Parts: sequence; structure tokens; C-alpha cells
Amino acid sequence: MRIEGARDRWAAALFGGASLMIMALPLLMLVEVVGAGLPRLSSEFLYAPPMDAGRAGGIGPMIVSTLAILAVCLFAALPVGLGCALYLAECVTAGGRAARALGYSLDVLGGVPSIVFGLFGYRLFAIELGLGFSILSGGLTLACMVLPLLIRVSEEALRATPPSYRQAAAALGLSQGGFLRRVLVPAAAPGIAAALILSIGRALAESAALLFTAGYVTRLPDSVFDSGRALAVHIYDLSMNVAGGEASAAATAVVLVGLLVLINICARRLGQTVHRMQRA
Amino acid sequence: MAGPPMPRLSMQGDRVLIGALGACALLSGGVLVLILGFLLLETGPLLASGHVAGALFGAEWHPADHTFGLRAMIAGSLAVSGLALSWAAPAGVVVAVWGRLYAPAVLGRLYRGVIDILAGIPSVVYGFWGLLAIVPAINRVRPPGTSLLAGGLVLGLMILPLCALSTDAGLARVPQSYLRAAAALGLSRFGTLTRILLPQAWPAIVAGCVLQLGRALGETMAVVMVCGNVVEVPDSLFAPVRTLTANIALEMAYASGWHQRALFMSGLVLLMVTMVLFGLTQGLRKRPHED
Amino acid sequence: MKVCEPAAPAAITLDEVTVRYGAHLAIERASFAVRPGDLMALVGPSGCGKTSLLNAINRLSDLIPGCTVTGRIAVGGRDVRAPDINLTALRRKVGMVFQQPNPFPLSIAENLRFPLREHGVSNRDERERRTEEALRAVGLWEEVKGRLGQPAQALSGGQQQRLCLARTLVLGPEVLLFDEPCSALDPLSAGVIEALIAGLKGRYTILLVTHNLPQARRLADTVAVCWVSEGCGCVVESGPCGVLFERAAHPITRAYCGGEVG
Repeated sequence: MRIEGARDRWAAALFGGASLMIMALPLLMLVEVVGAGLPRLSSEFLYAPPMDAGRAGGIGPMIVSTLAILAVCLFAALPVGLGCALYLAECVTAGGRAARALGYSLDVLGGVPSIVFGLFGYRLFAIELGLGFSILSGGLTLACMVLPLLIRVSEEALRATPPSYRQAAAALGLSQGGFLRRVLVPAAAPGIAAALILSIGRALAESAALLFTAGYVTRLPDSVFDSGRALAVHIYDLSMNVAGGEASAAATAVVLVGLLVLINICARRLGQTVHRMQRA
Repeated sequence: MAGPPMPRLSMQGDRVLIGALGACALLSGGVLVLILGFLLLETGPLLASGHVAGALFGAEWHPADHTFGLRAMIAGSLAVSGLALSWAAPAGVVVAVWGRLYAPAVLGRLYRGVIDILAGIPSVVYGFWGLLAIVPAINRVRPPGTSLLAGGLVLGLMILPLCALSTDAGLARVPQSYLRAAAALGLSRFGTLTRILLPQAWPAIVAGCVLQLGRALGETMAVVMVCGNVVEVPDSLFAPVRTLTANIALEMAYASGWHQRALFMSGLVLLMVTMVLFGLTQGLRKRPHED
Repeated sequence: MKVCEPAAPAAITLDEVTVRYGAHLAIERASFAVRPGDLMALVGPSGCGKTSLLNAINRLSDLIPGCTVTGRIAVGGRDVRAPDINLTALRRKVGMVFQQPNPFPLSIAENLRFPLREHGVSNRDERERRTEEALRAVGLWEEVKGRLGQPAQALSGGQQQRLCLARTLVLGPEVLLFDEPCSALDPLSAGVIEALIAGLKGRYTILLVTHNLPQARRLADTVAVCWVSEGCGCVVESGPCGVLFERAAHPITRAYCGGEVG
């Protein structure tokens, strides 16, 4: 449909103008944050510890804590999530009661507010399991949070593998374990990797769930049992509790958003690879 | 010609494997049950003591006096989320329609990429920018700046990308045959949009927006940062508010005993609301494999 | 000038028309002419670009990314790709009926009123009059006059296809393009559509793409035979129906129309 006629031209102008104005806001946000943060950025910023309550120095310990929390999260979530995805894709009928109940539970879980995860993580990991404010508590809480996403995307990847693989495996008399281990999972690997990357993105952006689980401490954590402050939490603290901390907060935000954009690009590339493989 | 035999797990091995997979599934599905369980565990004594109605709808929040009225916080949550959705949902539809129907192809793809990235930006960054730019701007009009309006603007900005994405998905699902017929008849783009595309995509759009309402209600960091956190039912756009989520975030650090239980109760309320909203969207949206 | 008035049929001329999708040639150097009021059947096996030609005539090909059309296509003597052409008017003058019936998800009457409104018929009574006229022309009026407000998609396949035909007729076209209009219907409904098309001859210039050779014989004044050679389509021969079916010049035409191949 070409844009002909006065009414269509008016509509195009209105929609275009409105969209430009609307999209200007988030773009303004990005520009202002990057502008406020770039002056503070330097390689030293990335590895030095914070000084003067964060107004000076860097975010080294925060980066380490964030990576540690991420590692714990993935170590916990990947096996359980992949196992659940395999179970859904291989062991239950698609519309059956078990599948629907599990699907419902996971879908709702995906919508639970992050602060509620924080309460849950605090109650279960910090108190009940006695882990206290620690990287372990934070990582395990985040693992619970990313499970729905991880499972959903992995399940799609597993289901998308060509059914001919299954037929060939059955004709060869392979055991189910052998088929899963050597054929299905490797074939779905790019999709599972995409799921992993999306989960990393989600976990990196999280802060509310970490407030009462991983803690607030700014020093370098000794171990996973030690408390640590994630990048997102650091931004929160600098903005709210530290007068004059805007520049550092902005710089931290730039690092965090930069990481997330990188992850977004990786996930897309993987997604394209998956599509190309499927079409081949 | 035969190569080395492929290692086979025995039938026993298969059974163990299936069992392990089942355990993973049980664990995954059980997380929600665990959350519900622990929340109820903590809230139980509070509920049993019969002060529920007073707690939920009471106007006074004085933890020291064991008065746990959540009314101001509930009002705050509803006000901020409602305000956010009221502008972000139409804005999302406008942006999505423009991107799909009126933008030149290259620009449309670029815009979708930008929306994708925006959807993943952490809420603390939105909140930070709110503190940096929005609050001072509002402060110039009417102090203190941290207010319902600031929260509505920042929160709306957060859910805007997702409203646009779900509208875009809804529009994409309208069958191509309608569009070809409309083109062959020489119908205007605007006419096709209003009479065919939007009505067909409407359920998906509404479902997406209801989902975003849920997300807005559950948002913590951004609202803590820009809303002012005063425990009072808001009486104007410029009044500072405190949401349920902010309440938990701010007071958990030093709450204990009944105070802590009250915070768990607000967590339970949030969870219940999430489940109800989810049920609503399921009703509005056809699930793909149940067609 | 009143829009959507019944108009005199227009001639169609294709001159060395080539349609490409990216690097892939769909049909190459197609040339034929249809006189005003005639019905030309475009026959040939699937994949030889017949639908691509139809899409090029009303410029639906513009919507397909990567699709390029070269050559001259003229309707009523005017090149459809001239820079000053009014696309909306073109699509009003050239009506198209698709293989799969595709009524809009609106009521029966609204399916006809909506295009009328879009093309500028602002008078409500005028729209009602034309709607009734179009429905009578396709033989639907008696069947649906009591339920004009009901969804069009509740109609049967044959009725939906007739509604789609009415939808193009209501705009007062000069040319009608049919893309295998009966192939998705049951034999009874197909027969009804065929009878309708036969009745439209003379009042409109009709280009009918069909697989069904007996149908072409029954309906057509002239025939154009398409074939696939070296991976792309071409028009092998065109001429009066009787000539092509009885005394064809080209061996492929003789073989295809004689039922030996395809």
C-alpha cells in the first residue's frame, strides 16, 4: 500500500511525529547517562576499589562480585533448567496435565516481582539454609529468577531439532540417554546457548532480589560465602545514599548497559545461527 | 566396516536419567510452591491473629505500634502503575504501528533493534536517570520533585518498549491474506489499520498491556528512587508516594518480628496480584499449542 | 467525477514483461493483449509465473520485497507504472479475486461498504444501493439479505468467494483478474462461480488464470499458454480460443492443450 491520499499522508505524519517524540525520551536518557558517565570511565575505574564512598576510585570489587553471583546463578540454574527443558521436550506429552501444570507454574514464576524473590531468597537461603548475606544466597536467588526464561527458550530449541534425528536414533536402537546426550543436546546447543545468554542478561539487570541476599558490602569478597555488591546495587546506592555520586553511578551504568548490549548482540547472532541451521 | 560400538546406557541407566530429569522438572515447578509456602509461613501468624482487614486497608503504617495498614502503599502502587500504563500503552501502540506500517524499512528495523535493547536496560538505570533529569525538572515546577508524576513517567518509560513489542507481535500475526486483499482493493493504509489490523490485533495488545501492568506493579528500584517514599495516599500528581514494593525494599533492612511479617504479607499481596493478572492474560490470549 | 460508477471495459496489453524476485526469474518477456470485454484464459502448469503476471498488472508486486518488473503493462492504454499514475485509482479499475477466499473479518455488508467509503463514496444511501447491486450481481442478495450484519466468515467457501467478487465489482472496475478462483472450492460452488464469470463477459475485460483446461475452453475468448523453459516461465503462444485448442502453431501448445503433457 503506497501512502497516497490526504488522509494517509496525515496519518503518516502524525504517527511519525508522535513516534519521534516518544522515542526521544529513552534516547535522551541514554545520551544523558552516557554523557554523565563517560568522563569517569577509565581502565582504572574497572579494577580499582571504590574510595570516598564510591565518589572516587573504581568498581573493581563490584565487577568481581557480579561475576561471582552470575557464576553461582548459572551453575545452579543450567543443570536444573536444562533438565526440566529436556523433561518437557522428551518425557511428557505436549498438552498433558503434567506439562500444563509445569508450564503454568513456570509462567507465573516468570511474572513474580523481583522484590518477592528477594524476600523468598532471604527467607530460604539466608535464614533457613543459614547462608546469610552472601554471594551464594544472591546467586541461588537469581537462579530461581532466571529458571522460567532458561527453560522456555531451551525447550523451544530442543523441540526445534529435526524429527529425523529422533527417527534415525530409534531405527538404530539407541538408548534414550545416548540419544539425548550425543544427538539432541548438541544439535540444540546454539539455542541453549542463546537461552543462557538471555538469562545472563536478565540476571545482570537484577538488583531488588539482591538487596537482602547478596548484601551491600563494597569490599572484594573472600569467597562465595562472603557478601558482595553487584553492579546494579552499586548504582542504586550511589544514586540514593551518596551525595555527589552521580558521576560514578553514571559510569557504572555505562559499564552495565555496555555489557548488556554486548550480550544482546551475542544472543541475536546465536539466534540467527539457529535459524540458518534449521533451514539447512 | 563396523566402528567401535557406541556406548549404550542400559535400560537401568535410562530409567535413572528419566528420574533425574523428572527431579529437575519437579524442582523447577516447585520453586513457585516454595515461594508461596514461605510467604504463607511468615504471614501465617499475622493472618491468624485476625488483623488482616485492618492490615490490608488500614490507613496507618506505624510498625513500632504494630499498626500495619497498607492502604497508602496499595494506593501508591496502583496510582504509579496506573499512571505509567495510561501513557505508555497508547505510546507503545503508536510507536509499534509507525514502525510496522509507516516507517521506511531500514528505519523500522533499526527502531525495533533499539526497542529490544531498551527492554533489557536495568530498572536502576531508569531510576538513576529519573533522579538525574526528571526529578529536578519537576522540582522546578513544584518541589520536592520526587513524586507520583516522576514515578509514573519513569515507570512508563520502562514498560514502553514491552508495550511496543507486544503490539508489534500482535500486528505481525494478522493474516497476510487480509492485507493483500486490502492492497488489491486500493484501500488506504490508515483504513486498513483501523478497520482490520487493530481490531484483529486487539486481544494480543490488551494482553500485552495487562502483562505490563503486572510488571509495573512489581517494579521496585526505579520507584524507590524517584517517588519520595512518604507513607500517604497521594492527593495530587506532585505528592510523594510509597509503593508496596518500595515499602519492602526500604524497611526489610531493619524490620523484625511482626514488622517483618507485615512486609512478607505485602509480598504475598504482590504475588496474589501477579497470579490474578496472569490468569487474566491467559483468558485474553490464545495459547499457541492449545489452538 | 463520480467514483465507483460502472465503467466501460478496458484493454490490457503486456509487452515484453519480465518479473524477477531478486535474482530468480519468474517469467520472462511475456507479451499478449486482451481486447476490451474479452475473457482471456492464462493457462499452464504451476510455477510458470502466471500469478506473478497478475500481480504485476495491479502492482501488487510492489509489496513483495525484491520483486522487479520490466516491460510495459498497459490498462486502457495507460502504462500502469507511469510516474503520474494514481495507484488507488488503478486498484479500483483493476479488481482481483484470489485463489483462497479472503473476506475481511467484518460483517457481510461492511465488507462492501468499507471499500466504498475508502474510495470516497460518502453518501450512505449511495453505498447501500451499490452494496445491494453488487450482491445481486453475484447472486448473493437473496441468500444474505436478511443477515447483512453477520460476520462474512460464517459464510460457506463458495459464498465467501462470491462476496470477494462482489467486493471488487462494487468499486466499478474495468478489468477483472481471477487467480484460479475455483480451485479452493467444491465442484458445486466452482460451477456457480464459473457461471458468474461467464455472465460478466462483455461488461468487463477478464484475465483468468486457471489450471482447468476444460474450464478455459468453456469460458475463454482468447487463451495464452505459459510454459517453463530453462527454469523460468514464458508465454509460448496466445490467440483465439478455438485456434489454440484446434490448430495451435506451437508444439508445446498442441501438446498441452491436447492433454498430452502438463
